[in-house]
Amino acid sequence: MYAFNYQRPTSLADAATAIQAEEAKLLGGGQTLLPTLKQRLARPTDLIDLGAIPELKGIREADGGLEIGAFTRHAEVAHSDLVKRVIPALASLAEGIGDRQVRNMGTMGGSIANADPSADYPSAVVALKATVTTDRRTISGDDFFTGMFETALEPGEILKSVRYSRPDKAAYAKFRNPASRYAIVGVFVAKFGADVRVAVTGAAGSVFRAEAFEAALAADFRAEALNGLSVDADGLNADIHASADYRAHLVTVMAKRAVEAAG
Amino acid sequence: MANPNGIGASVRRREDQRFLTGRGNYTDDFKRLNMTHAVHVRSPYAHARILGIDFTDAAAMPGVVAVLTGADMEADKVGSLPCGWQIHSKDGSPMKEPPHYPLARDRVRYVGDAVAVVIAETREQARDAAEMVVVDYEELPAVGSSTRAVAGGAPLVHDDAPDNVCYDWHLGDKAATDAAFANAAHIAKIDLVNQRLVPNAMEPRAAMGEYDQSNGEYTLTTTSQNPHVTRLLMGAFVLGIPEHKLRVVAPDVGGGFGSKIFHYGEEAVVTWAARKVGRPVKWTADRSESFLTDAHGRDHVSHAELAMDADGNFLALRVSTLANLGAYLSTFAPSIPTYLYATLLAGQYKTPAIYAEVKAVFTNTSPVDAYRGAGRPEACYLIERLVDVAAGVMGMDKTEIRRRNFVPKEAMPYQTPVALQYDTGDFAKNLDIALPLVDYPGFQQRRAESKARGKLRGIGFATYIEACGIAPSNVAGALGARAGLYECAEVRFHPTGSVTVFTGAHSHGQGHETTFAQIVAERFGIPIENVEIVHGDTNKIPFGMGTYGSRSLAVGGSALVKAMDKVERKARKIAAHMLEAAETDIEVKEGRFTVAGTDKSLGIGDIALQAYVPHNFPLDELEPGLDEQAFYDPKNFTYPNGCHVCELEIDPDTGVTTIVSFAAVDDFGNVINPLIVEGQVHGGLVQGIGQALYENCVYDEESGQLVTGSYMDYCMPRADDVPSFTVRYHEDQPCTHNPLGVKGCGEAGTIGAAAAVMNAVVDALSDYGVTHMDMPATPEKVWRTIRDAAPAPAMAAE
Repeated sequence: MYAFNYQRPTSLADAATAIQAEEAKLLGGGQTLLPTLKQRLARPTDLIDLGAIPELKGIREADGGLEIGAFTRHAEVAHSDLVKRVIPALASLAEGIGDRQVRNMGTMGGSIANADPSADYPSAVVALKATVTTDRRTISGDDFFTGMFETALEPGEILKSVRYSRPDKAAYAKFRNPASRYAIVGVFVAKFGADVRVAVTGAAGSVFRAEAFEAALAADFRAEALNGLSVDADGLNADIHASADYRAHLVTVMAKRAVEAAG
Repeated sequence: MANPNGIGASVRRREDQRFLTGRGNYTDDFKRLNMTHAVHVRSPYAHARILGIDFTDAAAMPGVVAVLTGADMEADKVGSLPCGWQIHSKDGSPMKEPPHYPLARDRVRYVGDAVAVVIAETREQARDAAEMVVVDYEELPAVGSSTRAVAGGAPLVHDDAPDNVCYDWHLGDKAATDAAFANAAHIAKIDLVNQRLVPNAMEPRAAMGEYDQSNGEYTLTTTSQNPHVTRLLMGAFVLGIPEHKLRVVAPDVGGGFGSKIFHYGEEAVVTWAARKVGRPVKWTADRSESFLTDAHGRDHVSHAELAMDADGNFLALRVSTLANLGAYLSTFAPSIPTYLYATLLAGQYKTPAIYAEVKAVFTNTSPVDAYRGAGRPEACYLIERLVDVAAGVMGMDKTEIRRRNFVPKEAMPYQTPVALQYDTGDFAKNLDIALPLVDYPGFQQRRAESKARGKLRGIGFATYIEACGIAPSNVAGALGARAGLYECAEVRFHPTGSVTVFTGAHSHGQGHETTFAQIVAERFGIPIENVEIVHGDTNKIPFGMGTYGSRSLAVGGSALVKAMDKVERKARKIAAHMLEAAETDIEVKEGRFTVAGTDKSLGIGDIALQAYVPHNFPLDELEPGLDEQAFYDPKNFTYPNGCHVCELEIDPDTGVTTIVSFAAVDDFGNVINPLIVEGQVHGGLVQGIGQALYENCVYDEESGQLVTGSYMDYCMPRADDVPSFTVRYHEDQPCTHNPLGVKGCGEAGTIGAAAAVMNAVVDALSDYGVTHMDMPATPEKVWRTIRDAAPAPAMAAE
C-alpha cells in the first residue's frame, strides 16, 4: 500500500469538500478499494472515509418502499426486520454477498458506486425501479449504471441513499463464481402488478434488463414462461470460469429459479 | 490401568490452545533489534534475458539499506540450490541438472523468478524501492506447458537440456508387458491430465537470516518442514557455512503440504544478506508470491492401457507419462514422478506385468515438487480411473472388477512388478466395510429418485495404496536419493521425572506435540502433562530428516520407541542397583520397575531422580543420567491403504456437482490418536475433492503467465463444498516392520479422494456416454459435456 492521507469527515458537506483534493478517493466498506490498495494497484493521495457521516446511514420505509443509506453494510440489510418485511428479496440478496467478513464491512453504496459487473446490488437497483440520491441530485436507477465500473456519478459526487420500490413479488437467484463467489450470473426478478422487471448482473459489462423475459413473465409469471427464451451470448463476459454461451444459458436458468423463488 | 492419555486415546491436541488463541510463534512473528526487511524483485516475464539491472534510484530511496543482485552472489561464490535426488534415463545417462541460483544471473525462467533483493528499514520501504529497480529484459519465447515443451521446435528453457527433457525414465518389464498385451482378450485405455495445483499453506513462506559477528554464527529462522535438511543443503552447497556455525530454526509452521520441504532461494538470500548488511534480514511472502513461487504439485499428462483376459483379470498395465518439473529442479522434484509415482502403479491389484515410462520436462513455470501425496495421488487417480473404464469395457460391476483383482491378504508380503514389496493389507476387508456404509445395493433406487428430480446421481469407488514412512535409506539410496532418510529421537528424563523429547520430525499441523507425548506417557505410565516435545531447531535436536511422506510416526515415532527402549534399559540397571536385585529379576511395566515375585518396586520418577543424584552408583558400571538418543532406519516403506466411496449429484441445468456422501475406510495400521487421524483424513479428503472439483493452476501456454494467481481465480474448496464425512479405520493389519505397527495417515485422504469423486462424476454422466472427464469437473465443463453429448431433456424443454 502506498502512503495516503486519511480523512474521516463527520458531515456530508465536509466529505464533499475533502473529495475535491486531487486524486482523492471515497472509502465505503473498503471491500474492493482496500485490496486494490494493498496490491498497489491504486495510488490515491487522500482516502475519505465515509463511515462517520450520519446522513449516509439507516434504513427507512419511504413511499411504501425502502430508503437505504449508502453507508449501510450488507449485514445490516440482510438482518433488518424492516427489509425482510418490505422487500425480503433484497435482504436475501445482501445475505448472499461474499462471506460473513465481507458482509460485515461492505456497504450498499460502495457496491453500487463501484459498479463491478459481477456485483449483486446493481441488479436490485434496476429491477426494483430504484432512485439514487446523491449530495447533488437524484438519478433514476435505470440511468445509473453506464458501463463496466462506470456510473452516472460525476467526479466528487457522493452517493447518499437509494430508494427501492416495493414489488408484489421478487427474488434474486445467483450463480456464484466458485473461486471468488462473485456472481457469474445473478438475476433479480421483480413483479409490480402487470409489470415485470428482470435485471441481470454478472453476465455482461454492466447490469442489463432481459426485456424478452420481462414480456413473457408479464403475460405469465411462471418459470415455464421462459422456456425457449435466452439472451444473446454475443457481448457477454467470458473468462476461465464461464464462457459467454455458458453465461447466456445460466441467465435463463437463474431467471427461472428467481421466478420460482418469488412464488 | 490404561493411561487415559495413552496410545489409542483421542486426546485433544495440546498445541491448539496456542494456535487458536493467536499465540503461535511463526517466522514472521519473530522480531530482532535492528531487523531489516527484504523484498524481492521478480521477473514479470516467463522467459527473458537480463541485459542489465539499474538500481541507482532504488538505492537512493528512503530507508534502503542495500540492493543486491545475482552478480553480488556470484562474486561471493554463492552456489546453486542443490537437488536431492538423481534420476537416470533409460539410456543410463544422468538427468539434466541445470543450475538454479537464488538470484537469477543472466536469464529468468518463470514469472516470479527472483532477480534482485531490496533490503530496507521497513517492508513498505523495501517495496517502494523494489518498484524503482529497473531491469532491462529481452523477452524470449516461453514454454507454458509440458506438451508445448516437447512439441517440435519449442524454445529451450535450458540450453543444455535438449528438447527440454530432464530425463526419460522407465520402470518395469517392457517385454513381459508387451507379451501380455499381445495375448489380451480386452484392453481398456485412457488419456488423462492430472492438473497442476498450488499448495496454498495457510502461512506463506517466510525466512529471517541473522549473523553474529562475535562468533561467526548464522541463524536462519524459516518456514521449513525439515530444518536439518535445509541446514545441510544451504550450508554445504549454497553458502559454504559449516554446520557448527549455522543454526536453522523452523518454529511454528502454518501448514506445508510438502511445499515447505524444499530449500528455497529466499532462505539463502536472507542468510547471506544478513552478513552483508550486518543486520538481521527478514522476508515474508505475500499471497501473490506464494502463488508464483511456492513449488507446485502434480502436472502430469498420461496415457495408460490395461490388458485383461476374458474374465476381467488384469494381465498387464502400460503407462506413459509426461511430467512437468517447471523451470528448475526443486529439491526432490525428480523423485516425485518416478519413484513415488510409477512404483505405486500396481495399486491394490495383482497385475503381473507393468511397464511405465516417464518423460520429465522443463517449462517456464514455477518448479513442481512434492505436494500432499506426491506422486501417489497421480498413480491412484490413473489406476482407479482406468479400472472404471475397464469395468465398462467388461460390463462388470465396479466393485466386482476390483475385488477380482485385489492382491489377496494371503499373498502378503507381496512383491509388485514395480519394485515395492507390500508388507500387509486386506483390501477386500476395506471394501467390505465400505459397502454397507454407503448402502451400495440401494444406489440404483437413489439414482432413480434423483432422476425424478431432474438430477444425475453417480457413485464412485477408489482404492488406494501408498508407500509411506519414507525412509528406508538403503532402498532410497539405491533409487537415487542423495540423502539417508532415517529419523532420530532423544528422550531426556529430568531429575523430578518429567520428560523432554527431541524429535527430528517436524510438526506443522500434524499434532506431534500430542501424539508423540501419548506414546511416552503410555510407555512410562506418566501424565501426558509431564512430557514436552521439542522439534524444529538444529541446535536442540539431533540430525533428523523432518516431516513429509506421512513418515513422522512410522519413522520418527519408531526412533522414539528405540530411544525409550534405551531409557528403559538404563532405568532397569538403576532400579536393580537401587533395589539390590539382579537386573534380570527386574520386571518393567508402564514405568514401574519391580523385583519379580516381591512387592519391592520403584517408579520411573524415583529412578530418574537417582540417575541425577547418583550418590552411591558403581560408577564403573553405571553412568549417571537418564537421557538417550536413537536413530531409526526402517527396513521397508509402510503401506497405508483404503477404499473411498463418493456419491454425488449433478444439476444438469448448471453443471454443478454436489457431493452427497463420502465414506473413507482406511488401514493405517495401529492408531495412536483416533481424533487426530480423523482430522488428517478430513483434511486430506477436502484437498482431494478440491483437486477433483475446484482447483486448477493455469498458465498461459504461450506467454507463461500465471492466470490463476489469486483466490479470485484459483478455487479452494470451502467447508460448505463438502459433506459430513463417514470415516472408518481398522487395525487388523498393523505394519510388520516397525515397533508401533503404524503406517501413516497424513496423505491418504488426498490420494484416494480425487479418483473417487471423478469416478462418481463419470458414473453420473454415464447415460450420456461419458467415459472420462479431466479434473477439475467445473460446472461449465460438466454442463458442456452434457450439452455436447446429447440434447438433454431439461434443455430441450426450454
